[in-house]
Amino acid sequence: MELMLLVAAGLFSGMISGMGIGGGVILIPALTLFLGIEQKVAQGINLLYFIPTAIVALTVHCKNKNLELKTALPIAAFGIVAASVGAYLASVIPSVILRKIFALLTIFVGINEIYIAVKKEK
Amino acid sequence: MKKTFLYAVIGIISGLINGILGAGGGTVIVPALEHFLHLPQQKAHATAISIILPTTIVSAFLYSKYWMTEGKTTLIVALFGMAGGFVGAKMLKKLSGKTIRIIFAISLMVAGVRMLWN
Repeated sequence: MELMLLVAAGLFSGMISGMGIGGGVILIPALTLFLGIEQKVAQGINLLYFIPTAIVALTVHCKNKNLELKTALPIAAFGIVAASVGAYLASVIPSVILRKIFALLTIFVGINEIYIAVKKEK
Repeated sequence: MKKTFLYAVIGIISGLINGILGAGGGTVIVPALEHFLHLPQQKAHATAISIILPTTIVSAFLYSKYWMTEGKTTLIVALFGMAGGFVGAKMLKKLSGKTIRIIFAISLMVAGVRMLWN
């Protein structure tokens, strides 16, 4: 049963991220709500899982010449420094609080998706 | 000068989200690249991944003590996640995004509310 849930969580969040919507907001709640995995562990799994998926996606985008490396590199440089600070903060913030902050992000992404869907209709 | 400032702001905000929450950088970067740096949607999407990938590698390394405790789970989710990603990319061409987006959005809000109260 647990294995099936894991397979389903992986497949579903992969499908969502393959469609270009963030997979993490699906995978992390699935891991914590249905499988009882601790918030920080779920966040770590999501980060690791993103790496191979992103490499595959990038090779396709690179072939289609959609990459703007001149823009990406400076942003990524700032991003790496900020992520290190963020990961340190995550290690000192209790999982219960991280979970609440994450819940707010999830709700925000949900509202944003509805906004995009409605805007597209016009 | 103005561009450098935008690069810094986008990088710092998305990096912090990535490090603290282990997800969600794209939600910030894609619209920021579109609105502030005027990249077309396709390019914004691709460029966002090239920003999130190095950021995520650093975060994943710093999170290693957490995911290492659930090695088997990580492996299963990663394998099926990649398979799902492949299916998702194919499906994207056939299905209109709207219905899926709305179902996705509602599930997210339900999950978010449950996480707040659980």
